[in-house]
Amino acid sequence: MKEAWRGFERGKWCDEIDVRDFIQRNYTPYEGDGSFLAPATEATKTLWEQVLQLSKEERARGGVYDADTDTVSRVNSHKAGYFNKELEKIVGIQTDAPFKRALQPFGGIRMAEESLNMYGYEVSPRVKDIFTHYRKTHNDGVYDAYTPEMRRARTAHILTGLPDTYGRGRIIGDYRRVALYGVDFLIAQKEKDKLLKDGSMTPEKIRDREELSEQVKALKALKEMAAEYGFDLSAPAVNAREAIQWLYFGYLAAVKDQNGAAMSIGRNTTFLDIYIQRDLDEGALTESEAQELVDHFVMKLRVVKFMRIREYNELFSGDPTWVTESIGGMGIDGRPLVTRTSFRILHTLVNLGPAPEPNLTVLWSRHLPENFKRFCAETSIQTSAIQYESDDLMRTEMGDDYCIACCVSSMRVGKDMQFFGARANLAKCLLYAINGGKDELTKDKKTGLPLQVSPEFAPVLGDGPLDFQEVIKKYDNMMSWLAGLYVNTLNVIHYMHDKYCYEALEMALHDTEVRRFFATGVAGLSCAADSLSAIKYAKVYPVRDEHGIVVDYRIEGDYPQYGNNDDRVDELAVWIVKTFMNKIKSHTTYRESVPTMSILTITSNVVYGKKTGNTPDGRRAGQPLAPGANPMHGRDKHGALASLESVAKLPYEFARDGISNTFSITPQSLGKDE
Amino acid sequence: MRIHSLESFGTVDGPGIRFVVFAQGCPMRCRYCHNPDTWDPNGGIEMSAEQIAEEALKYKRYFGEQGGVTVSGGEPLLQLTELTELFRILKDKNVHTCVDTSGICFREDDPRYDDLLAVTDLVLLDIKHIEDEAHRRLTGQSNRAPLAFARYLNRLNKPVWIRHVLVPGITDEDGQLIKLKEFLDQLGNVEKTEVLPYHTMGKIKYQTLGIPYPLEGVQPPEKERIENARKILHTERREL
Repeated sequence: MKEAWRGFERGKWCDEIDVRDFIQRNYTPYEGDGSFLAPATEATKTLWEQVLQLSKEERARGGVYDADTDTVSRVNSHKAGYFNKELEKIVGIQTDAPFKRALQPFGGIRMAEESLNMYGYEVSPRVKDIFTHYRKTHNDGVYDAYTPEMRRARTAHILTGLPDTYGRGRIIGDYRRVALYGVDFLIAQKEKDKLLKDGSMTPEKIRDREELSEQVKALKALKEMAAEYGFDLSAPAVNAREAIQWLYFGYLAAVKDQNGAAMSIGRNTTFLDIYIQRDLDEGALTESEAQELVDHFVMKLRVVKFMRIREYNELFSGDPTWVTESIGGMGIDGRPLVTRTSFRILHTLVNLGPAPEPNLTVLWSRHLPENFKRFCAETSIQTSAIQYESDDLMRTEMGDDYCIACCVSSMRVGKDMQFFGARANLAKCLLYAINGGKDELTKDKKTGLPLQVSPEFAPVLGDGPLDFQEVIKKYDNMMSWLAGLYVNTLNVIHYMHDKYCYEALEMALHDTEVRRFFATGVAGLSCAADSLSAIKYAKVYPVRDEHGIVVDYRIEGDYPQYGNNDDRVDELAVWIVKTFMNKIKSHTTYRESVPTMSILTITSNVVYGKKTGNTPDGRRAGQPLAPGANPMHGRDKHGALASLESVAKLPYEFARDGISNTFSITPQSLGKDE
Repeated sequence: MRIHSLESFGTVDGPGIRFVVFAQGCPMRCRYCHNPDTWDPNGGIEMSAEQIAEEALKYKRYFGEQGGVTVSGGEPLLQLTELTELFRILKDKNVHTCVDTSGICFREDDPRYDDLLAVTDLVLLDIKHIEDEAHRRLTGQSNRAPLAFARYLNRLNKPVWIRHVLVPGITDEDGQLIKLKEFLDQLGNVEKTEVLPYHTMGKIKYQTLGIPYPLEGVQPPEKERIENARKILHTERREL
């Protein structure tokens, strides 16, 4: 430890795992501008050119360059692989060859098989045999336990995107621990924790002991994986290059182990800056070399790939991995957590050109240094590739060492994990309220009649205009049903994920006593709010089909629409959020997890819209719902601020997993001067 | 007051972030007009000055040190009394007020202009064409009133931003730009002159309203012509 920690201010972090304490004692806030930054080195350019060539070839081959069909991906399953061993400063790829996608069947063998078939590959008979007859998967477990009602809700897409056939993702290991402590120290800590799990062997304690054993095994496998590349991760990193390499190995092990929907990486730049700064101070590194390390690290994050079915990519309009890296923000002591390396990582967008991954996310505070704000704005204008989130809002709850999973979901690094819950379609829920739980689009396969998804609730009767009081009461009831079913469905899913597809490596990089979030989500908020507003302020007449199901709505008169800063309808949106969250909270969640909710469908709103019939706001069946908490398309008529003000009324305390608003603006509409 | 629409995030009509009120109704028929849907004085919706002010004040915290409220149009001076009432309320709340006008309705003998200007911080004055004949051809009206309004504002020493829409072949010739500059040089209250390049984004509105598009075939000005006009008119902002 002595050599690795030379020059660092000692503290609590030396005796127990406390990365935040290490950062706070040792980092150097930077308030200057970006003029110190270095361009890409020749090695970087050569390597990046190689990546671009491979990407081109990958597209030419229909989206997949190569795929492993026989070696089941585990932390230590593959031999070392390189782009160009001589030039790569940071090494390690998911399989033994660049752009070769890994075989990850623990979430479900059928999904793995299907995705391979789509691109012209066959899973090897050996692996298929093992995962069909000898090794149960997450997906098998879930379907063993699903109730008929859960299956119906899934078929009708009122619950949708559920992680029951694929990895849940969203869990972020504290990869910094690998660099700061080395793996042997982490193993020793976990062994100690395991000793404490003694006494009466309750099912919980047995599970904890088993999981801790799995975690220790995963850490040992991590060392083996690194050894393949010629590195010994037993001890802490001694310089910047090792720190980045150690940290990246931790992340690489996670993506080899899990094909999660979002595999975010945490909040690393301020941590890494401490190592880079020390090397610079010691004269062991130049700025150009420092930038090269960061460029090569980011390059590796850009080529993270998973084998997925085409529909998945359609759902997300791309091939996303959500390698979110959280940057900046303010410390609770008032110092900015902005360092030179915050600049360096954003500068990769210039050195390597813009890219959606890693998802560079600036934790924005009005107190951030002015120079950093300007630099972010300039880089945004140049590359359109930075995500911003309100640090001022999240810091209050999460402190100053949290990070973002996926796009908006915040967790304290290494201290929180979450059970990803996809979302419930609240626009469809309103239609169920009107139709007594019969789906407006899906038919019962046996009878050919509209599928009764919920128990038979009393539908709205008659042809007169819908009565607001009646509808809202029925909606309230239907939300009660939906919230209960939703929580129970997620309980099944996450029980089985823990059992058959446990994230041992990622959880090994968490505290043993971890806080778990139960991350529910909603879709169709603005559509539901506008629909209620139409029923309240205009006259909405139901139009029925031959089965008496309301399949369309005739609207007489105008009604206030969400997105115009009009309290009459914005309050309805707020009511929906609070009501549904309160109902979620009233249920028992798996492993005593803390229920949260998100309003954040970013592209999947299009697919959800396809599965939702005509709605009382005038939206036609199949048309997209709005993304996240956005107003319905074209209905915000009073400009950007009015639209944003409506969204800003949604109470964050009821949607802790995040609220997103997709907002485009042309540079011209931001004013005339530079 | 007859209103066409409200915009909560205006950044091009006056300084800073502005709440923009588009007044309904305009006596001009500028051939390049991109808001023909604001012409009809009976169109739009009716809102009281209080209601408009209430909407605008929702965004006061975005205005910062420079921003505020701009009334554009249409031609806001058609509704002089209501406009004055609105600005009076806003000035009471310490909001920066700005009117974007062609000055076409101006009459020297109308005392209400003094009342309006007493509660107006900035005037964006569109000078469509410096030559009367060409002005008539372009807008259907003489430019006497706009130029008189400019001189009147100068007498009051009211800060003014001059705006000139640049249409190739119609308002971009050097001769008339120089003439315009000479006129502006006689005024001591011009803080800034803006050249607004003609664009064709209003075309779709003509189609919707079933009005033939008057500038069919005219392209937006070339970059070089825009630079030329900006050079002649000295468009950099100056402190008064």
